[in-house]
Amino acid sequence: MKSGGSLSIWFFIGISLAVNGAVICARGIYELMSPPAVQVVLYNLHANIWWGAVLLILGLFFSLRFSPARERARMAGNS
Amino acid sequence: MNPALLLLSSSTLVHLSPVDLVIIVFYFGLVLAIGLYLKEQANTGEDFFMAGREMTAWVAGLAFLSANLGSLELMGWAGNSYKYGILAAHWYWIGAIPAMLFLALIMMPFYYVCKTHSVPGYLKLRFGQDSQALSSISFALMTVLMSGINMYAMAVVMKVVLGWDINFSILVSSVTVAIYVALGGLRSAIFNEVLQFFLIWAGALLIPILGLIEAGGWSGLQAKILQNLTEQHAANPGAYTHLWSTLGDFSNNPMGINWVGIVFGLGAVISMGYWTTDFLVVQRVLSAKDLRSAELAPIIGAAFKMMVPFIVILPGLLGLALLRDPHTGSLLRLVPADVAWSKAGQAQGLHGYDEVLPLMLARYCGPGLLGLGITALIAGFMSGMAGNVSAFATVWTYDIYGALINKNASDAGKVKMGRWITVIGVGISIGTAYLVMHAQSIMDYVQALFSFFIAPLFGTVILGMLWKRATKAGGFWGLLAGTLSSIGMYTWGKLDPSSVRYLALSDKAQDQAQNMFRALWCWLICVIVTVAVSLMSKPKSDEELKNLVYGLTPIPKQEHASIFQSPLFWGAVVAIGFVILQIIFW
Repeated sequence: MKSGGSLSIWFFIGISLAVNGAVICARGIYELMSPPAVQVVLYNLHANIWWGAVLLILGLFFSLRFSPARERARMAGNS
Repeated sequence: MNPALLLLSSSTLVHLSPVDLVIIVFYFGLVLAIGLYLKEQANTGEDFFMAGREMTAWVAGLAFLSANLGSLELMGWAGNSYKYGILAAHWYWIGAIPAMLFLALIMMPFYYVCKTHSVPGYLKLRFGQDSQALSSISFALMTVLMSGINMYAMAVVMKVVLGWDINFSILVSSVTVAIYVALGGLRSAIFNEVLQFFLIWAGALLIPILGLIEAGGWSGLQAKILQNLTEQHAANPGAYTHLWSTLGDFSNNPMGINWVGIVFGLGAVISMGYWTTDFLVVQRVLSAKDLRSAELAPIIGAAFKMMVPFIVILPGLLGLALLRDPHTGSLLRLVPADVAWSKAGQAQGLHGYDEVLPLMLARYCGPGLLGLGITALIAGFMSGMAGNVSAFATVWTYDIYGALINKNASDAGKVKMGRWITVIGVGISIGTAYLVMHAQSIMDYVQALFSFFIAPLFGTVILGMLWKRATKAGGFWGLLAGTLSSIGMYTWGKLDPSSVRYLALSDKAQDQAQNMFRALWCWLICVIVTVAVSLMSKPKSDEELKNLVYGLTPIPKQEHASIFQSPLFWGAVVAIGFVILQIIFW
C-alpha cells in the first residue's frame, strides 16, 4: 500500500526493524566482550545478538524491497 | 520533570540504559514523522476518515487486528491468563475467530455495498436516525473510555518497570497520539497500527521463547504450574492448562464459568458483537480498496489472531510457573490490582496481575531488548488509543455532528471538525484514564463496557441485516432495552453481590463470567424486544431495504483466477486451524 506519495508503509517498517535490530545486536556484541555485572535470566544464550541480527536482516529486506526508488520505478512501470 | 530524573524518582523493576532510551525515542520520532508525512494526504473526508478506501487486504487486515492490540491484548490478557489460566485463550480463539470469519464472509458485503462511513451510519440507513443517534452516542462514550484504559495501562507499565510518574506517561502518550491522528487521520492511525504490529511481535516474542526454554517446554511448564498451585486450586489441577475439559461445571475452573457462558455469552454474543459491529475494528476493514480485499482482511486478521496467545497468554502462564522473588527466591504471588496498589501492598512490594508481562520482560531482557520490549508495550497501548480516537472522531463527525448538529456541514468542515475532535477526544480520554485505576483488573472493566454497548448493538445490526421484517421502531426500542437492561444488571450486581446466582447462574461466577452472562441476557432482551415491536409496527418496503438486508442486496459477483484468491478458501483454512488448536489444548 502506498500513502499517495512514494513511501510505502513497508518501507517505514523496514527502517524501524533495521535500526532496532542494529542497535540491539551491537549492544549484544558489546556485552559479549564486556559482560554486565547484573545478568538477566538465560543471559548465556545471548538473545540480544541473534534476535537483533534477525530483526536487522528482516528490516534490511523490507527497506530495500520497498525503497522509494524501487517504488517509483514500479509505479512508472505500471503506468 | 526530566525523564532521566523521573527514572530515579522511585523504586523500579529495571533501569533503562542509554541504548533503551535510543530505541524508545526513535519510536516516538518515527511515529510523529509518519503523521507529518501523511498530513498532505488527508485533505478530504474520504481521506481523513476512511483512508481514501485504498488499503490492500494485508494492510487493512493487520490494522484490523492491531487496533485491538492495545492494553486489552498485552497486559490485560497476560494478567488474566495468570489469574484464570489458559481459559483466557478462549478470548482469542472461540471469542474471535468465528466472529472474524462471519464478518468476512457474511456481513462485509452489506457494509461494503451500502458504502457507509460507520456502523451507526448503517443503522441510520436501516432503522432511521433515532437508532443512529443512540448507537453513536453510546459508541462515542465507549471509545473515550477505552482510550482511557489504554492510557492507564501504559502509565502502569511505565510506573512498574521504569518508575515514571503516571501523570507524565499519560501526558506523553496522549499528546503523541493526538498529534499523529489529528494530522493524518485514519491513514496515519493505520500506518502506525501496522508498524506497531511488527514492533509488538519483535519485542514480545522473545518472552515465550526464552520462557519455554527455562521451563523445559510445554510439559515442563505444566509440571511447574502444578507444583505452584495453591490449595484452593489444587482440587482442579488441569484447570490452568486445559481449555474445555474443565468447563462442565462452574466450580471446576478458576473463572467460575461453564461452557454455556463461553460458547453463547462469549462466542455467540460478545465476540460477534465486538468483531462485527464495533466500529473501531470494522472501520479498518471498510478502508479496503475493494470487496475482495475487505473480505480477505478479517481472514488475515483471524490467522494472526490465532497466534497472539503465544505472546500474551503464554507469558501469563510462564509467570505462574517461573516468577520468583528476586530477594528471597520464593514463589512470587501476584494479587488483584487494588491490593497491590494499596499502601500495605506497596509496603510489601506486591505486584498486580496486570504486571505479569513487564515482570517477565524484566526477567529475560537486558539493555536493548528491554528497550524494544518497552517500545512494544508502548506501541500496543498507543495503537489501542489511536484506534479508539480515530473511530470516535469519525462517529462524532458523521453520526453526531453531521447528523444532529450541523446537517449542512461541508466536506472541508468535516475534516476540520475531525482534527479538532481528535484532540478533544484525547483530552476526555485522559480523564477516563483515572477512572480505571479503581477497577480490580483492566479486563474486567473492559468486558463490562462491552456488555453494556456492544452486545445489544450486535442484536440490532444482525436482525437488521438478516430479517427484513425488522422495523424502525423495533430496532430503536430493542437497542435501548438491551443497553438499559445491561447497565441495570451491572448495577444490581454491584449493589447486591448475591444477585450473581441469578445473573450468572452460579454464586461461583467471577467478574468475567458475570460479564459473559450479562451480555447474553441483554442480547436476548434486545432481540426479543426488536422482534416484538417489529411485529406490531409497519415494515419498510423491499425497495427501501435494497442494499441493506439479506435477500434484497445484490452481492457483486467476484471472479477468482484460482482457489487461492478466494476468501472462502482462506476462511476454511483458518477455521480448520482453529479447530485443531481446540483439540490440542482440550
